[in-house]
Amino acid sequence: MVLSQADIDRALTRIAHEILESNKGSQDLVLLGIPRRGYPLAVRLAAKIAAADPTVDPAAIVGQLDVTMFRDDLSHQAMRPPYPTQLPRTGIDNKVVVLIDDVLYSGRTIRAALDAIIDLGRPRIVRLAVLIDRGHRELPIRADHVGKNLPTSSAEKVRVRLAETDAVDGVPVNEVVIEATA
Amino acid sequence: MRHLLSTEDLSLSDAVRILDTAEEMAAVGEREVKKLPTLRGRTVVNLFFEDSTRTRISFEAAAKRLSADVINFAAKGSSVSKGESLKDTAQTLSAMGADAVVIRHWASGAPHRLAATDWIDAAVINAGDGTHEHPTQALLDAFTMRRHWSKLAGTPSAGADLTGMRVAIAGDVLHSRVARSNVWLLRTLGAEVTLVAPPTLLPIGVEKWPCTVSYDLDETLAKGVDAMMMLRVQGERMNASFFPTTREYSRRWGFDDNRLRALDGLGLKDTIIMHPGPMNRGLEISSAAADSPRSTVLAQVRNGVSIRMAALYLLLSGDTREPAAHAGTTRFHSAENTSAHAPKESH
Repeated sequence: MVLSQADIDRALTRIAHEILESNKGSQDLVLLGIPRRGYPLAVRLAAKIAAADPTVDPAAIVGQLDVTMFRDDLSHQAMRPPYPTQLPRTGIDNKVVVLIDDVLYSGRTIRAALDAIIDLGRPRIVRLAVLIDRGHRELPIRADHVGKNLPTSSAEKVRVRLAETDAVDGVPVNEVVIEATA
Repeated sequence: MRHLLSTEDLSLSDAVRILDTAEEMAAVGEREVKKLPTLRGRTVVNLFFEDSTRTRISFEAAAKRLSADVINFAAKGSSVSKGESLKDTAQTLSAMGADAVVIRHWASGAPHRLAATDWIDAAVINAGDGTHEHPTQALLDAFTMRRHWSKLAGTPSAGADLTGMRVAIAGDVLHSRVARSNVWLLRTLGAEVTLVAPPTLLPIGVEKWPCTVSYDLDETLAKGVDAMMMLRVQGERMNASFFPTTREYSRRWGFDDNRLRALDGLGLKDTIIMHPGPMNRGLEISSAAADSPRSTVLAQVRNGVSIRMAALYLLLSGDTREPAAHAGTTRFHSAENTSAHAPKESH
């Protein structure tokens, strides 16, 4: 196991404070999680930001951004069902949008997310927060906030399991593991 | 998933997947930029051997919203009027690099023929063939019904089917591909369907369809109906008389002002009135009914674009480098084959 439940929680607490620090407060913050596991991470981060700054309503700053239709590998992968995109009521125009995903790998998901954002509005700033940065970038993209840098081989698979989206035999888990692929 | 030819062999999971995908596509229509880059560089050919305005425009709008290139081909004024065969037309389109062919044809089975042969390796979408099927119309009708049904139940529509919904389809069932496609699809989704028509406008063998048949519209309404779908009287397909006069037809089988008023008296305050269009106002549906708040005619048109976007997306995305298992004979693969629901690692 690379990260335990407590490790994930500590990393998210730190990222929440980093986000507040780099934004010099909570004004104009919008957290957009990328399905599937980016969204629950965004919800957790919003709760932590609200804990640090009681003026923040966590539900009002979180959204979900589906990037399926903007991917560049649609004709090379099995069909992906799209997920809903839900923006906070305030929209994203002139906001500081923090994209949130579980694992940063090739960077292509984030490339698609940037395209998706441009079609939805014009944020003042777009930042990126990820739980794991496993390297092997194929595009000039980097994360502003990283939970853990994880050197991996591209033959390995990084699995993030979250209580909100994953369960093992019905038992919710929170962990990050590396699996070797055959 | 390779072709969309019919609703008869569409599985419940595939049907719900198309409806769910359409739900996400509908959200695009409400955005500032109503366009997705998804099918950039793909070519969709609208191959229409029969007149159509709304279906062709709907497919064109759907393809354009997904950034596909659209080529419209109408039989009138083309080589078809010089006697070119379907095979030659199809192969010409194939040579031009069509990725999907949306075909409407006066002959029942023409889309199946196109899909089952090796004339063309594009995805084939049936946009209405003869008096056989019109799957995207049935899907958009089901989508409209599901939104209404979920709203009544106060539950989200994603993932839901139409279990328990009572649907009546009235009018020219004999010539209606819309009725056929709807009967199959609504049965799959769990709705109870009643066909209402004069005996002359019911096809032979209708008793074997998975639905109830009635000759009396008022009696059907009195039993309770959640969605009332009126079919167009297809004058252009009627070379014999099927009913004495249009006046008698509209009295007995049309949704007129009296029946609209009667709905309130029957306690059916949530019943919606549907029509696939184009409407013969005053014949199968009165203007008051067509323009009433119960009418979903315009919602159906709007939902049509979302459904067709979903169909194009589901047929044209996925791994295209892989050769199809048996070109053509595979229609709509089940979800297991395309492994669509398995969450992919997408970092």
